[in-house]
Amino acid sequence: MVGLFAYLGSAWNLGCGYTGKLSWGHSAFMGLGAYASTMLYIAYRITPWLGALVGIVIAAGFGTVVGAICFRLGLKGHYFVIATIALAEIVRVTFINWADLGGAWGLLMPVVGDSLYDFQFHSTRAPYYYIILVMLLGVLYLKWRIANSKLGYYFTAIKDDEEMAETLGIDTFRYKLIAMTISAALTAFGGTFYAQYVMYISPDTVMAVHVSTDILMGPVVGGMGTLLGPLLGAAIIQPIMELTRAYVGGRGLDYVVAGLLTVGVALMRPSGVIGWFEKPFEAISRPSLEIHREG
Amino acid sequence: MSLLEIRDVTKRFGGLVALDTVGLDINEGEILGLIGPNGAGKTTLFNCVTGFYRPDSGQIQFKGENLLGLTPHQICLKGVARTFQIVKAFHSMTVAESVTTGALARTNYMEQARKKAASVLELVGLADKKSVPIKNLTIVDRKRLGLGCALATEPKLMLLDEVAAGLNPVEIDQVTDLLRRIRDLGLTLLVVEHVMKLIMPVADRIVVLHHGKKIAEGKPSDVARNESVIEAYLGRE
Repeated sequence: MVGLFAYLGSAWNLGCGYTGKLSWGHSAFMGLGAYASTMLYIAYRITPWLGALVGIVIAAGFGTVVGAICFRLGLKGHYFVIATIALAEIVRVTFINWADLGGAWGLLMPVVGDSLYDFQFHSTRAPYYYIILVMLLGVLYLKWRIANSKLGYYFTAIKDDEEMAETLGIDTFRYKLIAMTISAALTAFGGTFYAQYVMYISPDTVMAVHVSTDILMGPVVGGMGTLLGPLLGAAIIQPIMELTRAYVGGRGLDYVVAGLLTVGVALMRPSGVIGWFEKPFEAISRPSLEIHREG
Repeated sequence: MSLLEIRDVTKRFGGLVALDTVGLDINEGEILGLIGPNGAGKTTLFNCVTGFYRPDSGQIQFKGENLLGLTPHQICLKGVARTFQIVKAFHSMTVAESVTTGALARTNYMEQARKKAASVLELVGLADKKSVPIKNLTIVDRKRLGLGCALATEPKLMLLDEVAAGLNPVEIDQVTDLLRRIRDLGLTLLVVEHVMKLIMPVADRIVVLHHGKKIAEGKPSDVARNESVIEAYLGRE
């Protein structure tokens, strides 16, 4: 689960942490990914790998629409956050009432035994671990590539100052959409992984607001916009929540603890926990700096 | 034909007429000074030209092309760059990274953009500070950076909003010198300025705005003697 949320946090971070548009609606993208692959598997036995691709396309499309609406209306700051929650809730409520997709009951993945084609591993859970590891490395590699490209410079420029970015010839609307779309697509793939790992999805487990919260706590605690921040954040938050559930118990208390921690970090250290490690990690998390020093 | 033509531009904010049928021409290769007391409408005019405001009426043409209705980034790509009165900057970037961001307006290749940025930094005198985070820059260096970012987008016309504000006399001389060098590269400059020490020696022509109206236009020496200009600045006895 740490791996999954490190991945999801990184995907969120790629679009939102980078451009400074804090989406609290990423559960919708995750849910769309999870539902697309699970539904295609149940109905047609299409491998979840292909289903994931379909989910990615659907979520990317939805992300573009959400972005287009929010950015065209010029929603910023808290208003953008609220709008993304609202849009994600619309998706969740729609799925709850969509009987063909299991409604509020959700969908159970049929158990067929270990198989890469079916994306199921029961005798040992290790393959899941390696799959999420590869996914995580993939998203980190992508982020690193983007950081050293025009796209990365433009994302950072938009986060720092949108007006200034516009005067330097940056089509801020277009680049914000690109960020949202990439982020939505990657998040959908995480949704498929979740569905295959847990073998059960419902609107309330993959599309609810608390899922978005899970996703974004990692980057917020770890350090938004940084390469390794979401990883560190997920590695801190998820075990704490797990331990709270195990030893203190009670549904909701885990979020109280994690929420307090997140608010604490956000207030006292907005740059995230990774800021404390800035020195040794600088070369990795800010690769663009290094290149200029050489040149 | 002039490079930038502004015809009868009017901009209202509620009941306030910030610009009242203002018209002016900028010729290629000149430095045009735009002066006027606080609230005269200078920055509003900038915002109309660069696409941040939409004038209520009037025409703005650059190289014979209409600029009205274009977004700021489209106007930048047409070759009109600007700096801001309160210097804006990308606070999480270094000096070189921000100028590179500007240069990316004309290329998709990082190497080309970095090369362009290096030559611009040389010009504005920030070459030795290229790795400095922007938050550590002094005011004068931030102004240089603002000019550098704008220059990196390869403009034909630059609109500079109070480059000398907050600078000491030595720094003002340096900036004046820099403006001349930029002009000598073949660029045209529209300079909004309060600091007469900067604008008077450097401008080819000066336009004076007062209460949203153009009240004078001409050579710096003529404008400085103009009755209505003196009245606008100092009041009538």
